[in-house]
Amino acid sequence: MTSNGDDAVKVVPVRHYRRWVGTVAVVIFLAMVVHTILSKVGTGVNVCTRVQGIRHCHQPLRWRFYWNIVFHYFTTYDVIHGLYLTLWLTVLAMTIGIVLGVILAVMRRSQSRLLSSTAWTYTWFFRGTPVLVQLFFWFNITALYTSITIGLPFLHVTFLHLNLLSILNPFRSAMIALGLNEAAYMSEIARAGLLAVDEGQVEAATSIGMTRGQSLRLVVLPQAMRVIIPPTGNEVISMLKTTSLASTVGVIELLGAVTNISAANFQVMPLLIVASIWYLIVTTVLSIGQFYLERHYAKGALRNPPPTPIQRLRDDLKGIASKYRTKRGVPSGVTS
Amino acid sequence: MVEAIGVRKSYFGLEVLRGVDLTVTRGEVTCLIGPSGSGKSTLLRCINHLEKHDAGELLVDGELVGYELRSGRLYELSDKRICGERAQIGMVFQRFNLFQHLTVLENITIGQIRVKGVKEEAAIAKARELLTRVGLDSKERHYPAQLSGGQQQRVAIARALAMDPKLMLFDEPTSALDPELVGEVLDVMKDLARSGMTMIVVTHEMNFAKEVANTVYFLDQGVIEESGDPKVVLTSPASARLQSFLSKVL
Repeated sequence: MTSNGDDAVKVVPVRHYRRWVGTVAVVIFLAMVVHTILSKVGTGVNVCTRVQGIRHCHQPLRWRFYWNIVFHYFTTYDVIHGLYLTLWLTVLAMTIGIVLGVILAVMRRSQSRLLSSTAWTYTWFFRGTPVLVQLFFWFNITALYTSITIGLPFLHVTFLHLNLLSILNPFRSAMIALGLNEAAYMSEIARAGLLAVDEGQVEAATSIGMTRGQSLRLVVLPQAMRVIIPPTGNEVISMLKTTSLASTVGVIELLGAVTNISAANFQVMPLLIVASIWYLIVTTVLSIGQFYLERHYAKGALRNPPPTPIQRLRDDLKGIASKYRTKRGVPSGVTS
Repeated sequence: MVEAIGVRKSYFGLEVLRGVDLTVTRGEVTCLIGPSGSGKSTLLRCINHLEKHDAGELLVDGELVGYELRSGRLYELSDKRICGERAQIGMVFQRFNLFQHLTVLENITIGQIRVKGVKEEAAIAKARELLTRVGLDSKERHYPAQLSGGQQQRVAIARALAMDPKLMLFDEPTSALDPELVGEVLDVMKDLARSGMTMIVVTHEMNFAKEVANTVYFLDQGVIEESGDPKVVLTSPASARLQSFLSKVL
């Protein structure tokens, strides 16, 4: 068979009729969705006017999804402040979760049975009870302890004295509850990452004289990151949404803020849409960040790193441009 | 340089080394040969304390490996002291074990900078010099995954040499390589032997042993079955076991 030339046999691709039918059905469905989201409906109230003795009546229209109200509340101070608390709570709880989680993962791998079983028990406990229960627990912890004192027993030596009644507010209890809960999940993620690094890497690190701590820090953890990052990204996104539970203990974060507003004006739906859009915006930004972080830690793992979406878009455009050029009789690769 | 007297080691009741005696003098190349499971690699790993031996004495440069003799008792050394000892013994692995997340250059400098405390510029200069020596000066910005097996193993040798070791251990350095890549690694090792490095090599390359080694030890079932000048031992073996082993590998 000749691959090109005038007498080359033309290839006719298989026609996928069912795929075409499916495509048409989905296009129609999507069009309907977009239409209904952007549609207007009657308010159900007749407004009548009398012009030159003749009565004219009409029903004013409103957006079905109350877009005007959504837009009105989207950037109000209360909503933005709620968003700020949501982000701040996410950052703090995830920081606690990641740091404690890595410590727990390293403890799990310890030669000491006590350390490893302590880490196991922690995960067992915090993964085994609902996060909402834990949230209420930390919110009410002052029923059990009004203060915490760290010192030497029997000697009346005090290093640290914490008055929980004054320290703990709703935000801080939520931060502790979500952070400690997250640590249980993060420890499993970090452990999977540590397990994924080949034993030989530790041996090589040891053989050039690194201590156990150095080989963990300089060799194992950076390579474990490649495995740890994707599920951690999931956890951050999940945490962002879980912070909405904090509204149940009185933290006026994003959901708390919109609930407060809708409790006053009864516009429940528009304000829930406001919150949803904000959550979507933040998760989108986080996903983009995760992509670049993954790329950074994939260093050396792949022979050819995959292109970024922007590079891919550029390549696609180039491809289309060159195709267009060849159609017009200019061979690709020749630029004027 | 290395002295082993009655070294024993067992894993879960299975005795891998059953009293091994071995002597390596400075500047010599010693090859350990033997069937798989004979304890060659274990012996090598005991020498830089990657494995702890259970009994017997193991001395490197006149000092006990991993232990200290004080008033008639053997005290296990602290992690830090053992690391200090290990830094002076280079090791090359069968599966290269290059740090995957670091470039070739970083692989060679990380030990110098983090363990020996060498300044970065000096470490880089030394790494470049070593890369030239193993014939890979054009690859310093590559990651290990972008290199062939032979190239990776040469980088691994350079990484070990960067620590200025007084002794180099090779654990089957060519066993994981495609046949056509074996030569380039053996050439680097021959060059190293000529420069007077003390080397202990676990290998299946009998020609290398014949050509380069000063002494060859044949291990079988955890004991040294035969040892001596490779030209004698490998051409006219005395023991029946070595005869049957050589007939299988040659």
